[in-house]
Amino acid sequence: MIEQFPIFVLMFPLFGAILVTLLGFWKQRLAFPITLIALGGSLFASVETLRATVEAGDIVYYLGGWPRPFGIEFHIDQLNAIVLLVISTSAFLAGVYSKRTAELETPEKTIPFYILYLLMVTALLGITLTGDAFNLYVLVEVSSLTGYALIAMGSRRAAFAAFRYVIMGTIGASFYLLGVGYLYIKTGSLNMIDIREVIHGADLVQSPSIQVAFIFIMIGLWIKMAFFPLHAWLPNAYSFAPIGSACLIAPLVTKVTVYIMIRIMITVFGADYVFGSLPWSEIVSWLAVIAIIAGSIMALAQTDLRRMLGFLIVAEVGYMVGGAWLANQTGLIGSIFHIVSDAFMTLCLFLFAGIVFLHAGVRRIRDMQGLFHTMPVTMFGFTVGALAMIGVPPTCGFFSKWYLINGGIEAGHWGFVIALLVSSLINAILFFRIIEIAYFEPIDAPDHDGHRKTHGHSGTKISEAPMSMLLPLCVAALSLVLIGLFNHEIVVLIKDFLVSAGMPGPPS
Amino acid sequence: MEELLLARLNYWTYIILMMIGLYAMIGKRNLIKKLIGMSIFQSAIILFFVSIGVKRDATIPILKHEIVHAYHEGAHTEKGSAEAKSTSSELGPAPSEPAGRHGNGSLPAIDPQQYENPLPHVLMLTAIVVGVSTLGVALAIVQSIYRECGSLEEDIILRRMELRDD
Amino acid sequence: MFLPECPGHPVEMDSIQSTIPLLACFVSLAAVVPIVLSSRHPNLREAWTFLAGLVKLSLVMTLVPDVLAGKVIEYTLWEILPGVPIQFRVDGLGLMFALVASFLWILTSLYSIGYMRGLNEHAQTRFFAFFAVALCATLGVAFSANLLTLYLFYEVLSLSTYPLVTHHQDKEARIGGRTYLIYLMGTSILFALPALIYAYIKSGGVMDFSTGGFLADRVGPTEATILLILLVYGFAKGGLMPFHSWLPSAMVAPTPVSALLHAVAVVKVGVFCILRVFTGVFGISFLSGIQLIDIVIWLAALTILIGSLIAWSQDNLKRRLAFSTISQLSYIILGAALLNDRALTGGILHIGTHAFGKITLFFCAGAILVATGKKNVSELDGIGHRMPFTMFAFLMGSLSIIGLPPFGGLWSKWFLILGALDSGRFVIVLVLMASSLLNIAYLLPIVVRAFFKTDSSEETDSGLHEAPLACVIPLMVTAMGSMALFFFPNLLLDLASLLATK
Repeated sequence: MIEQFPIFVLMFPLFGAILVTLLGFWKQRLAFPITLIALGGSLFASVETLRATVEAGDIVYYLGGWPRPFGIEFHIDQLNAIVLLVISTSAFLAGVYSKRTAELETPEKTIPFYILYLLMVTALLGITLTGDAFNLYVLVEVSSLTGYALIAMGSRRAAFAAFRYVIMGTIGASFYLLGVGYLYIKTGSLNMIDIREVIHGADLVQSPSIQVAFIFIMIGLWIKMAFFPLHAWLPNAYSFAPIGSACLIAPLVTKVTVYIMIRIMITVFGADYVFGSLPWSEIVSWLAVIAIIAGSIMALAQTDLRRMLGFLIVAEVGYMVGGAWLANQTGLIGSIFHIVSDAFMTLCLFLFAGIVFLHAGVRRIRDMQGLFHTMPVTMFGFTVGALAMIGVPPTCGFFSKWYLINGGIEAGHWGFVIALLVSSLINAILFFRIIEIAYFEPIDAPDHDGHRKTHGHSGTKISEAPMSMLLPLCVAALSLVLIGLFNHEIVVLIKDFLVSAGMPGPPS
Repeated sequence: MEELLLARLNYWTYIILMMIGLYAMIGKRNLIKKLIGMSIFQSAIILFFVSIGVKRDATIPILKHEIVHAYHEGAHTEKGSAEAKSTSSELGPAPSEPAGRHGNGSLPAIDPQQYENPLPHVLMLTAIVVGVSTLGVALAIVQSIYRECGSLEEDIILRRMELRDD
Repeated sequence: MFLPECPGHPVEMDSIQSTIPLLACFVSLAAVVPIVLSSRHPNLREAWTFLAGLVKLSLVMTLVPDVLAGKVIEYTLWEILPGVPIQFRVDGLGLMFALVASFLWILTSLYSIGYMRGLNEHAQTRFFAFFAVALCATLGVAFSANLLTLYLFYEVLSLSTYPLVTHHQDKEARIGGRTYLIYLMGTSILFALPALIYAYIKSGGVMDFSTGGFLADRVGPTEATILLILLVYGFAKGGLMPFHSWLPSAMVAPTPVSALLHAVAVVKVGVFCILRVFTGVFGISFLSGIQLIDIVIWLAALTILIGSLIAWSQDNLKRRLAFSTISQLSYIILGAALLNDRALTGGILHIGTHAFGKITLFFCAGAILVATGKKNVSELDGIGHRMPFTMFAFLMGSLSIIGLPPFGGLWSKWFLILGALDSGRFVIVLVLMASSLLNIAYLLPIVVRAFFKTDSSEETDSGLHEAPLACVIPLMVTAMGSMALFFFPNLLLDLASLLATK
């Protein structure tokens, strides 16, 4: 039973999608419960998988019983067990939330929405589970295809944003595929572990083909994860998408792509190859610096809340890529930990953006006046998310920044350190600007002579969103604090993974 | 130079096709032309994969009858021949599949050079499916854009969208 | 009796495991829930605040005997970074600060009731709730055993006081709150955070405050100086110039907030952190070997003088008091930077004595506002006849700040001057003297104006017109308190010198 959990993680949403397809058209209101059960089952299975990984070490699961390197292998170590849990938790929360968004936004397309939703979750989980480079490509494309469709369901401009995403996404995926082709030519294998064994065993380290493969794969992934300057598709796609889709896509897709990047770097090519034989660590980490600064500054220029969050994701991708390319263990810990914390931060903020848009009709930042009075709980959730983005202890954002900066100092990369600090400051400005607008009375209010009028309690009525939207937001906000307080547990796992993958800690 | 061009003709072909596709995807303003570019781009990669499975004077990867027969007998006597993982770092510049993983001295030799490598071709079946789906989704999106904006030209679409937003 | 020497009894490090520090810290946080729940019953709500305050104070009091006996009380929660747990440890310095803060919280709560109800302020539930959170953070800082725990509570304090500072939610509050946050968050992110991480790396994963300093001899002199400056400015709540402007802008807050937070909790947390940096992070003996420590001394001296001069020029009473606070805070930083026992004792003592003096002055300023609506010094002519109790308390508070007998402020200045003499810095002695004169110049004229001038524009009869009793009682108590500190300084002194003699 236990050894079957990895496949359960995947099977629940997959069969959920099939069930929704079959039963949904018969009785439309079955779609949501089925989705929720599927996501819940997947969440349970990934908790069990993580527990099994912690207790008994890596889990190897050969699909159909075909051993490496012939069949497709699920290889679950601490890294993908963590990412699995992040995906299934965040998909579950966004799933609960989608009850209301699906009713409000796409009332006539509820069934397709849930089918696509479940398929996308399946694909994201599959990406995380698989140990096969080509299988990964297929799953990436499945997640992208469902993503295009989910985004295109949105407002009028969503279709065009989705079109641009299709173009960029296809270029990215094709580059990845090309890279895999070169790897296959040289190693004759598609299994990740097998590839690494061949590269290092047959001394292909100097081979230019392997280098070309590496470059192609990296470029492909960077396009997919919107790494500056390949980010142009992201802000529009995420801000015009329907809320329900954005709450699934925004927290997960970029983060999962970062996971792929780290997996490829560490498991397929090996840390000593990437950081030792290739001369690009320095260049890529400087690109990340530019990504962080540029993303933050562009976010500063936005008036639309979700566009602002979109540009912040671009900056956060810079955090993670930069941390991974610092070429030391601490930086990688920061990067992987930031996958976890950024997923939940983005989730929290997009859930918030959805509530204020659907419930209060607010899209622009300057229209958010008085929200602290009308929606105190929602704003409380937002404030926690904002503090995590700024990096205030004890939220998880602080600790990911801690490890990233720590890695930057260890690597002597002061540019990265300064970029992180500046980005924190810009985040502080961005979010406190929102808090100010929502907290204070309008600036052109007539009454200003010394004493204030009584307002707040009597003036405005509290009007919160329904529980199905509020609860996920509160859970996401709470988890930001909990992940922060118990970050050490996660970091220990990440460290175990990195040590066993050949990234030793700093000499002390 | 000539030799370089000829020896890697498949590489040059796919690179040229890719560039054509890339140019259409980025340079063209018409959405359908962009999608045509995308198709070319994907086909270039499929072509590349297919070409790496091809070998000169090789046949389809179905074992000849006598070999299968002998193999079965051999397998009874010496089951589960551990695969000696032979790798292909010295396999020369021309794309070819790595030496067979089942190569084992005691059995009648299965010369991998006699057969084309099926794996890239199989992979490309999946990739073609992916490509078709992508094209389908993209065309659906283009349809809905056309219904909204009444045009397939990027500049016109953008202008109309902004007009309606204000 | 009147000239207590630093008691130099040798102390053995003896640690007791106890949850009391944890409870003392979090009791006010726990009180937030009933406070919010009883928002419709103001009397019940305030009862919760008092209950929490009394429990907090008595918990802190129970720690006194053990600490005086030379023991430290520890409680470890869990490891949050490799090698660095969230940990509480109570020593003399922390306990003294905790005592002062939790004692004054009760008085401030009483005062808040009079003030907030007297002015019919809005959102009083939010006010009391965030006040309780701020007190939790203050005690958290006081009891932190390592730099990370300290930083954590420091940030919580910055954020939890923001709704208090901007309580009025008008344009002025918005601007003031913005300055407040930009300075406090900006410095803590830009200066303190990288310094923290660098220190963490250099010390090999240790951040525990220890007598010798966990960074001692692990960094070179230049590195140490840079780190020291980063940390001193990173904890900008200490108000060292040029990162002091947040304090005057925070004066848009209701007066109880200015009183407790900006005379006691927030600003003292700043200097407390700086004291910890000197004593626990680097260690006094290590810093003695570094020439560049003089920078901090001169910055503190400059802040003392310039702060006093600016205070002199202010007409708004609360702003005058704010600049006075800035200048007085640097006494404490100076006490640490002089790097000898007597100066350190003086600095630590000044946390307590200045708290009592300055909170009295703020209480008086608020009482005047409640009773008459006046905010500026120039409007206070003849107010002493109408508010004799308040203005008399103001006089007592002023004398304590100036450092005249029979008020507690004398002792801290006494030890500071002794410390300056010990280190042979006569210029510093002159600075302290000059500052005392300036204190006289900006504080006493207010009293003179209040009692000896008559308000020409006043038509109504000058009968007794005090603020509500809930305002007057606390300010009388704190005024008496600063006098009591003159006669009975022993408890504070003992606690202060525990650290100094280690």
